[in-house]
Amino acid sequence: MGSSTSAPHRFAFQNAEHAFKAAALIQRWYRRYMARLEMRRRCTWSIFQSIEYAGQQDQVKLHDFFSYLVDHFTPRNHNERDFLNRMFTEERFAQDSEMEKSSDFESIEVPDSYTGPRLSFPLLPDQATALVEAFRLKQQLHARYVLNLLYETRKHLAQLPNINRVSTCYSEEITVCGDLHGQLDDLIFIFYKNGLPSPERAYVFNGDFVDRGKESVEILMVLFAFMLVYPKEFHLNRGNHEDHMVNLRYGFTKEVLHKYKTHGKKILRTLQDVFCWLPLATLVDEKVLVLHGGISDRTDLEFLAKLDRHKIVSTLRCKMRKESTKQEEEKKTANQPSSAQEPTPWFLPQSRSLPSTPFHLRPDKAHRAGRSCSIPCPGALDRQELSRHARRSVDLELERCRQQAGFPGIKESEEPSPLASGPDPESGELLEPTQEEWRQVVDILWSDPMAQEGCKANTVRGGGCYFGPDVTQQLLERYSLQLLIRSHECKPEGYEFCHNRKVLTIFSASNYYEVGSNRGAYVKLGPSLTPHIVQYQANKGTHLLTMRQRISRVEESALRALRKKLFAHSSDLLDEFKKHDADKTGIISLSDWAAAVESVLHLGLPWRMLRPQLVNSSTDNMLEYKTWLESLAKEQLSRENIQSSLLEKLYRNRSNLETIFRIIDSDHSGFISLDEFRQTWKLFSSHMNIDISDDCICDLARSIDFNKDGQIDINEFLEAFRLVEQSCSEGRDSACPQSTDTSDGGPSSPDPH
Amino acid sequence: RASESEGEKEAIVADFHKKIKDAFEVFDHESNNTVDVREIGTIIRSLGCCPTEGELHDLIAEVEEEEPTGFIRYEKFLPVMTKVLLERKYRPIPEDVLLRAFEVLDTAKHGFLTKEELIKYMTEEGEPFSQEEMEEMLSAAIDPESNSINYKEYITMMVIDEN
Repeated sequence: MGSSTSAPHRFAFQNAEHAFKAAALIQRWYRRYMARLEMRRRCTWSIFQSIEYAGQQDQVKLHDFFSYLVDHFTPRNHNERDFLNRMFTEERFAQDSEMEKSSDFESIEVPDSYTGPRLSFPLLPDQATALVEAFRLKQQLHARYVLNLLYETRKHLAQLPNINRVSTCYSEEITVCGDLHGQLDDLIFIFYKNGLPSPERAYVFNGDFVDRGKESVEILMVLFAFMLVYPKEFHLNRGNHEDHMVNLRYGFTKEVLHKYKTHGKKILRTLQDVFCWLPLATLVDEKVLVLHGGISDRTDLEFLAKLDRHKIVSTLRCKMRKESTKQEEEKKTANQPSSAQEPTPWFLPQSRSLPSTPFHLRPDKAHRAGRSCSIPCPGALDRQELSRHARRSVDLELERCRQQAGFPGIKESEEPSPLASGPDPESGELLEPTQEEWRQVVDILWSDPMAQEGCKANTVRGGGCYFGPDVTQQLLERYSLQLLIRSHECKPEGYEFCHNRKVLTIFSASNYYEVGSNRGAYVKLGPSLTPHIVQYQANKGTHLLTMRQRISRVEESALRALRKKLFAHSSDLLDEFKKHDADKTGIISLSDWAAAVESVLHLGLPWRMLRPQLVNSSTDNMLEYKTWLESLAKEQLSRENIQSSLLEKLYRNRSNLETIFRIIDSDHSGFISLDEFRQTWKLFSSHMNIDISDDCICDLARSIDFNKDGQIDINEFLEAFRLVEQSCSEGRDSACPQSTDTSDGGPSSPDPH
Repeated sequence: RASESEGEKEAIVADFHKKIKDAFEVFDHESNNTVDVREIGTIIRSLGCCPTEGELHDLIAEVEEEEPTGFIRYEKFLPVMTKVLLERKYRPIPEDVLLRAFEVLDTAKHGFLTKEELIKYMTEEGEPFSQEEMEEMLSAAIDPESNSINYKEYITMMVIDEN
C-alpha cells in the first residue's frame, strides 16, 4: 500500500478519465453536427414537397375553372364557340370503332433500317424480357409496335374487374411496387434485384407509372408487355397520373410527342382510353388492399367494384349527367348526406355560408346549370337552393371575367347550350360518370393518410381527402382486411408505415426530387402476408457520397427551385415588404421577412430555418429588401429586352401556360394562332388577376421571334423560357435559340446526367 | 432602466419563441403541435445547443407527459426550451477545445488517429456511438489510403462545411 504503487495507478486513472472526457466531447460535438444536417435534410424535403403539391393544386384549380367555363359560358358566335370547343372538348374514342383501331397500326410500315425490338402477338415471355433489355440499351420501340401493344393491352384490360383479386396460393410471393414516374432505371433495378415477373413471382404496380421522369413510354411498354404475358400474375392499378389531363402538365404528353413525331397523337389518344381501363385496386388474399392514393370515410368497395370505370376519363374533371328536375329530386332523397367536406372550388366565395346580397338570377342560366361539378353539397341545406345560390355568385364572377377578357355581355338568348361535349343523355348514351362514382374514384386515387382522426378535404392536393386512423380502422373492419398498401407520396426511405402499421406507403422512384433525395422501395408479401420491405437507390454515384455531400446536393437543388419561386412573386413580395416598412426606410427585420414571404407564397415552409440559405445580405437581423429582390432577379434574368415584370408573371404561370397551350393545340400540331394565344391569355390573365396590357403581349410575341404568318410555335415559346432558365443557371451567356437541349420543364426536375 | 431591459428581454423571448416554433414545426408532420420524442434531440441541437446524451435525457424527462406517450407536445416544450436558450445552456464546443480532445486521444502524438483507434474510442468510451453513427463518421473522416483520420484537417473541413 505504498505510495510508489499508487502513483502509476493514479496516472492511469487520470489518463482514462481524460480519454473518457475527450471521447464524450467529440461525440457530443458530432451529434450536434449530425442533428443540424438532419434539420437541413428535412427542410429541403419540405421545399420539394410543398412546391410539388402547390403545382398539383394549381393544376386542379385550372381545370376546375375550365370545367366551369364549359358549363356556363355562352359563346356569342361561331368563332368563340369553335375556340372554346377546341379548348375544352375531350377527345374520346367512340366505343364501336374497333375497325378504326386495328387499322391504326396495321398500316404503319416498319422500315428495314429499324434495329429496335419487334413484337408479334400473342406476346411471348422472352419478347417482354427482350423489351427490357432493348430499353436498357436506350433503343426506342417503333410506333407500330407501340400501338399494337396498346391495342392488345386495351383488349385485355377491358375484361378485368375494377378490383383485381390475387392469391398467394398460386404465386408464393407477391411484390408490390409504388410510383415509378418514368424512372426506368428503378424498374430495371427492381427486376434485377427481385427477379423478372413469372408465374411464381407475381407483381402489382400501384399506379403513377408516367410523368416527370423521362422514360414513361418505356415503362408502360414493359409493364403492359408483362401483363399480357402473365395475365394472372401481373397486375396494374390506376394512379392519379394515368390521366391525360394530368399528363398535359407533368411531362408525359411532351415525352410521347417528342419521341413519336408522326404517330404521337394517335398513341396519346389510344393511351387515353387504355388509362381509363386500368383497374382501380387489387386485393391480395382478400386481406390486403392495394390502391394508389388512399380512402375516405365514404369509400365503398362494393360500389367501386360495380361502377363502369371506363367512364372516368380524368379525375380532374367531372361532368354530371344532365338530368331532368324530377330525376334530381329522386336523387336528392336517395343520396346520403356527406360527412366529409368537399373542397370548395377556389373561385367560389371561401366561406361556406351563402352570399348575402341577392343577385339577379337569369332563369335560363338556372336551367342550364343543372349540370356542374365540384359544388359542395352539404347535406343539411336544400340542395337545389344551395346550387342556385352558389351559381349566382359564379355567374357574377364569370361575367366579370368575360368583360375583362373583352367578350361581350351575355344576352338572355334562347340558344341551347352549345358545349354539350357529351352526347345528349336523353338519347340513352350515358358516357359520363355520376357525381358519386367520380368522387369514389377520386378518393382512392388522390387521398393521403394523416395522423389525426377524422376525414377532411385534401386541400393541399386539391382532390381527395386526408384520412385518419379511425377511417382506416373502419374500412379494414368493414371488409375484414388487415392491411392497406398505397403509394402516391414520396418518402425519404421509400416506404412508411402509419395508422398503427395498418397503412403502408410504398414509393418506388428513388432520387425523385433530386439525386440523393430519397430511396425507393418495394414490398414483398408471402402467404403469411407479413410485409417485407426492400430499399434501394438506383444511382451509383450516391453511394460514394457522404451523407453530408448528398444532403448538400439535394439542398442546393431545392434552394434553386425555391429562389425561382421567390423571384416569380417579386412584385407581391415587394408589396408585402412595404407593408412592414411603414417608415419607408427600405429595411425590415428578418422576422418580418419570414412572415411576409409566407403570406405571399403559402408554402408552409420553415422560413426562419431556411433564411440563412436564402438571405446572405443581412446585418443585425435587418434586411434591405429591395437589394435582396434585385439579387434574386439577377440570378434569374439575363435578357434585358424582356420586361422583367412581365417575365416574372409568365414565369410564375409557366406550367399553367404550357398546359393551356397544349389544350388549345388539341390536334397536337405544335401550332396555335396568335389570335388564339391572345384570347386565351386574356381570359386566363383576367381570372388569375394578372395585369398585362395587350401591347405587352404583342411586344413579348415579337421579341420571341414568332413566325411571320401569325402562328405560334408552342415549342419556340417554351424554349424561350428554358433559355432564360438555362442561361441564368449557366451564368452569363446568351445562348442562341437553336442550341438548347430538350430537357423537361418543371421546377424541380434534375438535369439529365 | 429596469423597464428597458424588461422590454429587451421580452423581445428576446419573442424571438426565441419564433425560432423554437419554426424548428418544432419541421418535425410536426401532422400539424397538431406534437413531435415524436425521438426527434427532440435534433430539434434542440439545431437551435444551437450542444447537450450530452445524458443532458438530453434529462431535458426529455422534463418535457415528456407524466405517462410518456412517445410524443412531445409543443406546450410543454416551449417554456423548457426558452429557458435553455435564455440561460445559454449547453453551449457549442469551440474548435480549439475539440482539437485538444482529439490530441488527448492521440497518445502517440502522431497528428492522426488510426481507424481502429477512432472506432475503439468512439464505441467504447464516453457516450458510445451506435454502429450507424460510427459508420457515418468513418465515411467522412477516414482517408481511405492511410486508413486514418488527420483530425486537424477533419475539424477544419467540418467547420467550413457548417458555415
